[in-house]
Amino acid sequence: MLTVRIIPCLDVSNGRVVKGVKFQGLRDAGVPADLAAVYERDGADELVILDVSATPEGRGTQLEVVRAVRARISIPLCVGGGVRNADTAFKLLNAGADKVGINTAAVEDPAILGELAARFGRQCVVLALDAASAASGGWEVVTRSGKNRTGIDAVRWAEAAAKAGAGEILLTSWDRDGTKQGYDLALISAIAGAVDVPVIASGGAAVPEHMADAVKAGADAVLAASIFHEGEYTVRELKFDMARLGVEVRK
Amino acid sequence: MVAVIETGTANIASMLAALERLGAGPKLCRDAGEIAAAGHAVLPGVGSFKAAMDGLERLGLRDAITKRFKEGRPTMTVCLGLQLLCLESEEDPGCAGLGIIPEKVVRFPEGLCVPHMGWNTVSPAPGCRLLSEGYAYFANSYCLRNVPAGWRGAYTTHGAPFVAALERGALLACQFHPELSGEWGLALMKRWLGETGTTCLQ
Repeated sequence: MLTVRIIPCLDVSNGRVVKGVKFQGLRDAGVPADLAAVYERDGADELVILDVSATPEGRGTQLEVVRAVRARISIPLCVGGGVRNADTAFKLLNAGADKVGINTAAVEDPAILGELAARFGRQCVVLALDAASAASGGWEVVTRSGKNRTGIDAVRWAEAAAKAGAGEILLTSWDRDGTKQGYDLALISAIAGAVDVPVIASGGAAVPEHMADAVKAGADAVLAASIFHEGEYTVRELKFDMARLGVEVRK
Repeated sequence: MVAVIETGTANIASMLAALERLGAGPKLCRDAGEIAAAGHAVLPGVGSFKAAMDGLERLGLRDAITKRFKEGRPTMTVCLGLQLLCLESEEDPGCAGLGIIPEKVVRFPEGLCVPHMGWNTVSPAPGCRLLSEGYAYFANSYCLRNVPAGWRGAYTTHGAPFVAALERGALLACQFHPELSGEWGLALMKRWLGETGTTCLQ
């Protein structure tokens, strides 16, 4: 039986990890490859690197970061942030990413999902779906790092994207991200119920119970950043607690 | 030298990185002679069944790979690479595989989460030399249901059991990605790299 994946996310800007990282034994916690190696050793099932550089110039080091991380880890690596076309995706895969996360570019032109799936297989194509509560009920897709509310229904978009070629959905609740109030369970349930591809829950996790709840709501994997970076839980501790809560994890 | 066969459709950076870490000196190859002569060869695989077979045909690599299997020389295939050994796949009906394994690759049935993506258990049959019990990382929408005659294998389960890997002497075919399966995967690759492959189990 598939185990539930625990996925730490590294927010990287200008080649450095930007969220506060309090790891012992790391001389410089800002180096993505060092942090990635620690997470793998600690039992992480996969890593996501999200390039949050504000400008394209800031992403100039993105390929170097991916190469450096890939040289150190033997677990899957998904890279997202600023992937605007198939060429960029190809470069990231070539540098050592196993999957590429795409948000804005896919909303603007869904054909990019099919193009990537045909070239590299759909297991490489991750739809990064950022969703926020819509005034009219339900959720709408947001793009450009939350700056743009599209009015597109998130559930419809998830269905369309999975048909178009996305092999996985990284689902971030824009309402919950950074709040530590837990994942948006209704959102997870709505999306997971609408597609047959795996769904990664993201946004709002603070304690193991939140993660177990996301799995019950239909998530196949759970992503978190600050609870790991701030040293509140190691991946190993989290897995221990999740197993206690009845979630099947890789030991 | 470990020849990593470049079909043009596979994402092979992770495989190269894993072989580098194991000190195996990987070399990307698309030359049939070089692939035939290599001590060890890896057929990595992502992409679609037909695209990969077309790539092998275009580069004239079908015979070189088949010969390595017939002679039992150290060869490892990964993910789609395992499926390519079969007669055909439901992914691309009508497209012939390498036919080394007389079986058909099938799609996971409706109602299951597809792709089958993530870490799943690997349970090897008694008598496996290379494969061990553990967790491996998978990313597949198609699978081989049964271990064919003449091979030893390991199963995993997604709805129903399917083949996680096959071994025969120095031949190793993995449905999972050993290069993405952490320390367990690296240990498996290391054991395979230790094979000299002068004898083939019958």
